[in-house]
Amino acid sequence: MEFFRIRKDIPFMRHALVFNVISLLTFLLAVFFLFSRGLHLSVEFTGGTLIELNYAQAADLEKVRDGLGKAGYSDFSVQNFGSSQDLLIRLPLKADQNTTKIGESVMEALNAEAPGATLRRVEFVGPQVGRELAENGALALLLVVIGIVLYLSFRFEWRFSVSAIIANLHDVIIILGFFAFFQWEFSLSVLAAVLAVLGYSVNESVVVFDRVRETFRKVRGLTTPQVLDHAITSTISRTIITHGCTQMMVLSMLLFGGETLHYFALALTIGICFGIYSSVLVASPLVMWLGVSREQFIRPKKQIEGANDEGAVV
Amino acid sequence: MNRYPLWKYILVAVALVFGLVYTLPNFFGESPAVQVSSAKVTLKVDDKTRERVAKTLQAAGIESNGLFLDSNGVKVRLPSADSQLQAKDLLEKQFNPDPSDPHYVVALNLLSSSPQWLTRLHALPMYLGLDLRGGVHFLLQVDMKGAATKRLDSISADLRSLLRDKTVRHAGITREGDRVVIRFRDNDTRSKARILLEDSQSDLLLADQGEGEDLKLVATLKPEAIKRIQEFAVRQNMTTLHNRINELGVAEPVIAQQGADRIVVQLPGVQDTAKAKDILGRTATLEIRMVDDTPGALEAAQAGQAPFGTEMYVERGGMALLVKKQVVLTGDRLTDAQPGFDNQTHEPAVHLTLDSAGARIFKDITRDNVGKRMAIVLIEKGKGEVVTAPVIRAEIGGGRVQISGRMSTMEANDTALLLRAGSLAAPMEIIEERAIGPSLGAENIQKGFHSTMWGFTAIAVFMIAYYALFGLVSVIALAANLLFLVALLSLLQATLTLPGIAAIALALGMAIDANVLINERIREELRNGSSPQAAIHTGYERAFGTILDSNITTLIAGVALLIFGSGPVRGFAVVHCLGILTSLFSAVVVSRAMINLFYGRRRKVESLAIGQVWKPGNTATAAVK
Repeated sequence: MEFFRIRKDIPFMRHALVFNVISLLTFLLAVFFLFSRGLHLSVEFTGGTLIELNYAQAADLEKVRDGLGKAGYSDFSVQNFGSSQDLLIRLPLKADQNTTKIGESVMEALNAEAPGATLRRVEFVGPQVGRELAENGALALLLVVIGIVLYLSFRFEWRFSVSAIIANLHDVIIILGFFAFFQWEFSLSVLAAVLAVLGYSVNESVVVFDRVRETFRKVRGLTTPQVLDHAITSTISRTIITHGCTQMMVLSMLLFGGETLHYFALALTIGICFGIYSSVLVASPLVMWLGVSREQFIRPKKQIEGANDEGAVV
Repeated sequence: MNRYPLWKYILVAVALVFGLVYTLPNFFGESPAVQVSSAKVTLKVDDKTRERVAKTLQAAGIESNGLFLDSNGVKVRLPSADSQLQAKDLLEKQFNPDPSDPHYVVALNLLSSSPQWLTRLHALPMYLGLDLRGGVHFLLQVDMKGAATKRLDSISADLRSLLRDKTVRHAGITREGDRVVIRFRDNDTRSKARILLEDSQSDLLLADQGEGEDLKLVATLKPEAIKRIQEFAVRQNMTTLHNRINELGVAEPVIAQQGADRIVVQLPGVQDTAKAKDILGRTATLEIRMVDDTPGALEAAQAGQAPFGTEMYVERGGMALLVKKQVVLTGDRLTDAQPGFDNQTHEPAVHLTLDSAGARIFKDITRDNVGKRMAIVLIEKGKGEVVTAPVIRAEIGGGRVQISGRMSTMEANDTALLLRAGSLAAPMEIIEERAIGPSLGAENIQKGFHSTMWGFTAIAVFMIAYYALFGLVSVIALAANLLFLVALLSLLQATLTLPGIAAIALALGMAIDANVLINERIREELRNGSSPQAAIHTGYERAFGTILDSNITTLIAGVALLIFGSGPVRGFAVVHCLGILTSLFSAVVVSRAMINLFYGRRRKVESLAIGQVWKPGNTATAAVK
């Protein structure tokens, strides 16, 4: 089997402007949704109580809502969680409420209206924890960005590291945009997925850049767009196959992982799809416009023809 | 050129054997067990306890599959859940004849049923997090300001009595927020007081303020003193929690400090959050009372006729004591208790520090009762226990008390711990709580396992179909990666959570990248006309640089998560980072070893089984030469 039977280099760079306009639009759209709708943050970030219940038969949401309303709760949300028998109740944080008894009092309230529930899980998060998590999340993101920029500048060139990080932050914003648009729940594990995707799609850019460097060194007389086209074309089969494999794993999580892993897998799926797109079609044009050229990879002295003394490259 | 030196093959073989051995315990499952551990800090579980458990079970005719002593206590492995319950009831009755005063914790537990030789190699199954085994998790915030305020309150009381003793006239001492303000009417007195305080109170930072008639001396705690007080508060609260949780009968509770001012409490298997919270929130008190040593009184009390105003107590050593009901001092007056040594005799001792009011009372009491004994009683749940009952040798002033004599270093440590454990050093509040039912835990394991398995199968099928033999080698390398990862997690006993399982799946999904890179590169070399052997060689060689670069960027993200993540994210990050490291080894070294074994030894290799290699202009689908 061989999926990719490419005779000539595909002229990606000829359409670079089009791709960049598309990226910019998606990016702006994502930012717009982030600001207009905001993220639907999970209890971990906002603070509050989460209660998961299981009924032997399909649960009657109305009755559960009635029961909670009669017990004096407000602003709560009740929804099915994975199946019709499982329920998830979210209660906001209240200053005057005795949080230590909340699980028991909810069960009492439900026993009157909709009996037969078993308590599967209770999560309570205080307000100070949430703020800290958000801060730590931002710090982690910052550390990843700085770390990757430094590493790539060291291994390649600043032009590469800047374009790689812009391309991949653009992925991150787009993932967040999806979560804002669909109002999917943004939890800690989604945050972990987002950061993992950031590291993973920088990966992608690295593979392309490695090729760019190699082509600059080995082949003379090509223009920069031609070099980029060649690098992308010769790595495209690897790109698709690798991402396909990772996606198979993520898909399996999406199908079998249940509700808890659902949004985690979803964030990864979006991240993987946009990761391919951005590292090939966003990072490379950026490198081109930042003015990468052959001279940057040829050492002025001691250049031995044909020798590959810069270490192994793909 | 495609031959590995022998040591590399041996390295791969050793790594695989290591992986296999440490992964193995995860397959044996768990068997029911009963665990007997100490409920009191001072009571040690040792070989004698083990023998006693063995005899008890033997006498009742309950068969056990093994009985051993470890750092947690005595563990008995039992053949079935029925006999587990039987054994638990029996041991409970034997070891705690008085249910209201348990000396031992007898708890149901699950033990890995892996064979002895594995356990001896420290090959244990992975440590499952609460979301996989069920239980409750609390995150408690220690009120650090409260701890410092409490200390300042006692300092201002100290200052008051200090200034009075030295007849330094002041116009009032008050605590205002986090500082103590002393007012004076004239400058001389203030300087005098200042010198006095500098000598006696090393924890305070002093500053002059105010003018004319209204002169002030403002004292604040030094940063290092605040730090010490806070560290002490967290440590003491943890000790207290430990003592209380022992009562819940949890087999493996986790009580750990998180950050500077937080304590994590995890109670696997506990479902009753209300009771757990009740116990965590309770306070104990410490009382100092006098011992009634009147001849004959103790005998009378033992016969059931305690003299009026006295109570019978049992000292830790098992000696009966008759203690007066009148309370001399309460634990509030005790600011610190530390184990140490006597300055002169160098015997182990416990040093107590009392606040100024306590010191005054203590001075009076000791002056009047030289030669008599006093008892330090710890009261919890309305039940008292005499921690220690020393003889008063002389009048003790100054609030620094030393208890010494006939004590080992260990006992001094225990006593200090118990004296401190009486109450919480600072208030605590539950800021995060999670309770997960056991069925949910089992479901989570199932889900995680299924996702990984099906994802792996899909990748395996695709890789073998697309890359033929090289695909098979990649899949085996991926399986080896899984093996190493699970082995490492088992060896490190890192907590495995559901996000952790997701990280395992993701690590596999990402690790295949390295093999895809290698295989694609080899195909490319073949396409460019390299000989099969040369293609393998350059393929691996060139792919390595890329693999390293891409893995390091992924690792940077993993490390950031590890540093800033908490709870579930940290579980994810640990596995993610380990997965990247193991994949580097398995994808490059293990797969190369297999390829070398297969192709490297042959003199002439006609073609590589790497699937079809398409060349431009070559429309036939023949295998490449």
